[in-house]
Amino acid sequence: MIRIQEGDFDLSAEIEALKDSRTDIGAIVTFTGTVRDRGSDKVIESMTLEHYPGMTEKELARIEQEAHARWPLQASLIIHRVGKLLPGDNIVLVATASAHRHAAFEAAAFLMDYLKTDAPFWKFEEGPDGAGWVDARETDGAAKARWSAKSSSKEEPAST
Amino acid sequence: MRLLYFAWVREKTGISSEEIDLPAHIETVGDLLRWQKTRGEEFAAAFEKDRVIRAAIDQTHARHDAAIAGAREIAFFPPVTGG
Repeated sequence: MIRIQEGDFDLSAEIEALKDSRTDIGAIVTFTGTVRDRGSDKVIESMTLEHYPGMTEKELARIEQEAHARWPLQASLIIHRVGKLLPGDNIVLVATASAHRHAAFEAAAFLMDYLKTDAPFWKFEEGPDGAGWVDARETDGAAKARWSAKSSSKEEPAST
Repeated sequence: MRLLYFAWVREKTGISSEEIDLPAHIETVGDLLRWQKTRGEEFAAAFEKDRVIRAAIDQTHARHDAAIAGAREIAFFPPVTGG
């Protein structure tokens, strides 16, 4: 399931909804990304997330489908917030449910690595030293590459 | 055709979307990127670093050599930074 929203999410409520009273799930892995108060060399007072409505949902659904094709998942959830966020705020939640832990752990990492390089979100940071768009990190491309792309990415290599 | 701009590409062009009839000689995303540079100061600045700009055709990532024939919507944006 995919959700793009401005508001916060409640981790325990989301896990309960994901379980949906099922008793055949043996493992649930969740990843929560939050806003840091520091960039590489500057203080951050707020972070605003922009996205491409329509394409975002399409990309996340494609990535989620790919995860379900690779691992025996019983359920999955991706929530990504947009709009203005403050240090400490939640940004993203990825949750995966499976009978055994390995599939859930790996699928959650896979979903985050692909989300980082393929989902059309952009971060704008503001702080006492000014404001600017966050640069993409080459390490994100490498993190995605470790899944040795069964599905070929149509993106060009990161150049920043 | 509908063109969309996001993040710093949007800020530099000064618009988030437009409806436009493209010149017939534009066949690929790369052709379109080069043409954008000729559309005045704002667009020249927005598309100056065209090699780093990513594109999507009808909401799917597209390489610069991708053909645009039949496209309804083409978006231009910096490398993504979500998560």
